[in-house]
Amino acid sequence: MTIQTLEIENQTHSTGSDAISLGAKMEVKNMSVFYGKFRALTDINMDIYANKITAIIGPSGCGKSTLLRSFNRMNDLTPSARVEGSILLDGRDITANREDVVDVRRRIGMVFQRPNPFPKSIYENVAYGPRLYGIRRKNDLDQIVEKSLKQAALWEEVKDKLHQSGLSLSGGQQQRLCIARALAVEPEVILMDEPASALDPISTLRIEELMHDIVKEYTILIVTHNMQQAARVSDFTAMMMIDENRSGRMIEFGETKSIFTNPKDKRTEDYVTGRFG
Amino acid sequence: MLRKTFETELQQLKDEVLVLGSMAEQAILNSVEALKKRDLKASERILEDDRAINKKRFDIENQLMILIATQQPMAHDLRLLASTMEIISELERMGDYAKGIANINIRMGDQPLLKPLIDIPRMAQKDVDMLHRALTAFVNEDVEAARVIPAEDDEVDALYNQVYRELMMFVIQDPKSIERANWLLWVAHNLERVADRVTNICERTIFIATGEMAEIKSTDDEFWKNQS
Repeated sequence: MTIQTLEIENQTHSTGSDAISLGAKMEVKNMSVFYGKFRALTDINMDIYANKITAIIGPSGCGKSTLLRSFNRMNDLTPSARVEGSILLDGRDITANREDVVDVRRRIGMVFQRPNPFPKSIYENVAYGPRLYGIRRKNDLDQIVEKSLKQAALWEEVKDKLHQSGLSLSGGQQQRLCIARALAVEPEVILMDEPASALDPISTLRIEELMHDIVKEYTILIVTHNMQQAARVSDFTAMMMIDENRSGRMIEFGETKSIFTNPKDKRTEDYVTGRFG
Repeated sequence: MLRKTFETELQQLKDEVLVLGSMAEQAILNSVEALKKRDLKASERILEDDRAINKKRFDIENQLMILIATQQPMAHDLRLLASTMEIISELERMGDYAKGIANINIRMGDQPLLKPLIDIPRMAQKDVDMLHRALTAFVNEDVEAARVIPAEDDEVDALYNQVYRELMMFVIQDPKSIERANWLLWVAHNLERVADRVTNICERTIFIATGEMAEIKSTDDEFWKNQS
């Protein structure tokens, strides 16, 4: 009697040759984040693959949002925050002081938990970023607004009322407007911090479909508490937890299909099956 | 404990699989006993019991669908529920093998057995013994047992070979006995298939516990090679 293992893709990916073959858009290397003396994240290592959706999951307070905010240096806005290690974008360390933070945030856009359109028209919401970056000609702005709203699957719903307030839209539409606003400056990476947690199920699915549509052109990172969403939407999943010092660590990273069918770490298993968290 | 209700439901599900398993075990033993005693009434009862086995399988399948829809299982839970769907199908097919044996007994009518049954009841006993332990391994997710049990399929195969050779001898000596020999060969074949399905249950148990999708190679291939 012999046992033949059937072909089943079950390997996890980490840094190294796999990363090169898949195309790592960003690489996190031995990164720790401190708030004063408190070490909020410890030794994070991960690759963010180009044109893939990577989900970050884990119980509340494990540092998911802190990690996400590190990717476009949002943590700089917290006075006591300090980062050790590095985050490479196309091989260049964006945590270095010499880097232009404004440019980093153009290249790495962000969408937040609650839709937060500016109290301006739909058009102005989308045109705001490109204008900030020096695009003045109306024709160019019109094109950018239309393209961005189309990418965000909102164009058909708003093309006849572009000059109405962004705040007049429904919650789901407002969130798609915020995505259009993020896309308008042509970022390379989009960070999404629980982008659908304030939305109804239909709007949530719309956002997820939209993510699938735009990932061909962008690299997406999403933090979500909704494990079904992480399972549905992402290609890779990173599982985080706090250690005994209450510092966030990445305990498992791999292909989403492996994490949700056969995780390697018992703590991931317990979390994805709802045994804790 | 988080998900206490789900845990309880999973336990109930495993209990139901054991009930279905014991129905299949009983059907296999009863079908051979009825054949041995040429008890046609007992065989009729097996046909009725098979409907109960089928119903039980559908009930469990329904229970599984509800759990999948309402609990959104992941990782180990997902493997358990998906594999249980497979296992109940294996058990239902075992019930069909018993039904097949009962039908053979009924079709034989008042014709006597070609020979007294010795190895066929042994095959049935071995099948049931393997099945019982395979289901215990499933419930306890005992990988070690699940890896060992399929090797015992060789014993069932050896008995089958013995029955086959013996029946061929009868046919060679008296070609008119071919139909009665065929009936017994079908019975033995059904019992041989039961052991193969026990192996499938063991493969599923290993998958549930480890995530390892592995095929335990059957010795049947060698049997057929030897026949050619």
